[in-house]
Amino acid sequence: MYEFLQNITGNQIVAYFIAAALPLFLFILPYALLAVLAERKVSAHMQDRLGPMRVGYHGILQTLADILKLIQKEDIIPAAADKKLFISAPYLIFMSSFAVFAVIPFSSFFIGSSIDIGLFYIIAISGFVVAGILMGSWASNNKYSLLGGMRSAAQIVSYEIPTAIIVLTMVMLTGSLNLKTITEQQTDFFWNWNIFGGADAGISKIVLIPLMIAAFIIIFISMLAEVNRTPFDIAEAESELVSGFHTEYSGMRFAMFFLAEYANMLAVSLIISALFFGGYNSPFGYLGNSLGVHWLIPIEQIFWFTLKGITFVFLQMVLRWTLPRLRVDQLMTVCWKYLIPYSVAILLIVGFITVL
Amino acid sequence: MALKTEEMVLNMGPQHPSTHGVLRLELKLEGELVRDVKPHIGYLHRCFEKHCEAMNYHQIVPYTDRMDYLASMSNNFGYAVAVERLLGLEVPERVEYIRVIVAELQRIASHLVALGTYGVDIGAFTPFLYCFRDREKILTIFEETSGARLLYNYIWVGGLAQDIHPDFVRKTKEFIKYFRPQIEDLNNLLSYNKIFIERTANIGILPKDTAINYGITGPVLRASGVKWDLRKNDPYSIYNKFDFNIPVGEGKMGTVGDSWDRYYVRILELEESLKIIEQAIDGIPEGDVKAAVPRRVKPPKATIYSRTENPKGELGYFIISDGTANPFRVKVRAPSFVNMEVFGELCKGHLVADVITILGSLDIVLGEIDR
Repeated sequence: MYEFLQNITGNQIVAYFIAAALPLFLFILPYALLAVLAERKVSAHMQDRLGPMRVGYHGILQTLADILKLIQKEDIIPAAADKKLFISAPYLIFMSSFAVFAVIPFSSFFIGSSIDIGLFYIIAISGFVVAGILMGSWASNNKYSLLGGMRSAAQIVSYEIPTAIIVLTMVMLTGSLNLKTITEQQTDFFWNWNIFGGADAGISKIVLIPLMIAAFIIIFISMLAEVNRTPFDIAEAESELVSGFHTEYSGMRFAMFFLAEYANMLAVSLIISALFFGGYNSPFGYLGNSLGVHWLIPIEQIFWFTLKGITFVFLQMVLRWTLPRLRVDQLMTVCWKYLIPYSVAILLIVGFITVL
Repeated sequence: MALKTEEMVLNMGPQHPSTHGVLRLELKLEGELVRDVKPHIGYLHRCFEKHCEAMNYHQIVPYTDRMDYLASMSNNFGYAVAVERLLGLEVPERVEYIRVIVAELQRIASHLVALGTYGVDIGAFTPFLYCFRDREKILTIFEETSGARLLYNYIWVGGLAQDIHPDFVRKTKEFIKYFRPQIEDLNNLLSYNKIFIERTANIGILPKDTAINYGITGPVLRASGVKWDLRKNDPYSIYNKFDFNIPVGEGKMGTVGDSWDRYYVRILELEESLKIIEQAIDGIPEGDVKAAVPRRVKPPKATIYSRTENPKGELGYFIISDGTANPFRVKVRAPSFVNMEVFGELCKGHLVADVITILGSLDIVLGEIDR
């Protein structure tokens, strides 16, 4: 993408800016608006309701109206808050959750930055979220926020370990940290996806399938925890902590936390699809290939990638409106006693298979 | 080296999403561990008992609605039974049948709120709306008959405000048919959910003797394994005509008397209430719905304590009559108020999240605690 833009504009810096901004404005922001509405509609239909119906046809403009309202609201900063930290926390969280999209390949043509340490970058940048949450909760000077922030920090830090171990497993298997390279290895048919043992045929592929399914379940659970979704939403457990670390936030600052949450949901879904489900690859050939229209292929790839991502986002929504919430200690038990040992075991076995 | 730690005082409520009204809890926390809980009540106090001294016996009925506002019918029922006992009044058979049916429907409605909001306390929002959808059907039945959806003022001293709606019997039967599978649904969605059990089993265990010492009544007492239900143990109205069981806590998922038991006893009671309604609905005799009661009743000089089984426990009315048209004193033994007292003891040593779990399992209504 960047090279393409450089050719058009003939200017490196302009090309960088456009390449960075395009996924954000073309894809993520409209997605976040739609996802907020989708969440409300999914929950409504699960609960025998209709959800928002007034603004536009079946309420499709509801989120836009909400954002407009939030922008107009008074910017309230509590008197006892630490002003600098309070103001900067939402930006940090917003920034870090959107920055993840820079290295995600939406299609073979459309990637913000195809750097060779993509996965490492994702893990590093998502660490910022913890800092943001701690900043926000501490600066609010509110006991509920503090409890929520502490829970959240402990949770995210703990669940990063199984995530990182599974990512490491995938890196060992594919031999690359670059998400685009990993995706390219899973081309052609869905049988080549990593969840089905990758592109290499042979006995190792058969052995890898159950391992990969286990790895996928572990990473899905821990990523669910990392983005603070039910059953792991103890950080903002509204029945206990009012709304956790963002209790004191209102107006546009609250909206930033809110949009960041939905961006995070999509980010983890896309990462999981890229690692396990072939990324932007079609499960069965491209229409563009069979018709001989080659410019159609990138568009199809975006379609497939979005479809995979949205499927996982939908799954997260359904889970949220079905399951109750775990308690703090149970949450830690799940991570330290189950997810981490199993992920280490998977890492060892996969490593053994790769060496063979 | 031991780090110096301090206890943190956390003020929960009166504006808090899950204190079930305007309850204020003062929590002493060590990290997330609860060391002490001090409930503060009185934010909803409306001087019900004092008001009663300035009104005659009929005028008090609408005030009883507002105590446990989730079970107005049962409050009316208890008051009417108390005053009728004071007067030595017999009410027509038809009235008794209708009273029992509406009181049991009310019990289902009240339990549905308890079960639904309990789901929200644990973090599951969807069962809450399912419960409210079903409660809505009961409210519709009540609305047709009494004209109100929440505060009915329907059961009067010596009878009923008016006769039942012509559709009442048909709609109630339809409701029973519709509601039975819904209980199963709720069980699958919430009661037997692994996370739900993890959150509620073995949390806030209330042993039998403690429960009795504190004077706990209702589902909370029964969950501790005590088979005590005033409808059986001290029958009033025509409850001795019907066949039903008293479900008690068995410690199926943990220990007897834990939060899960308190939740599950309510689920079982839904079925028992349905049974009573089924037996009563076909037997409603023809007749008048009002006994011959003068507009201003003057009971003899006497005191009476009359108790009935409310959805939340034993609702007692202690009335002193001095022979005039107004009662000298009306004192209410509110089940939520008494059940609330054990709360501090249950919470000690649990986590913040468990405080909400335990509070929800006690199923308190602040309108009744403060009166």
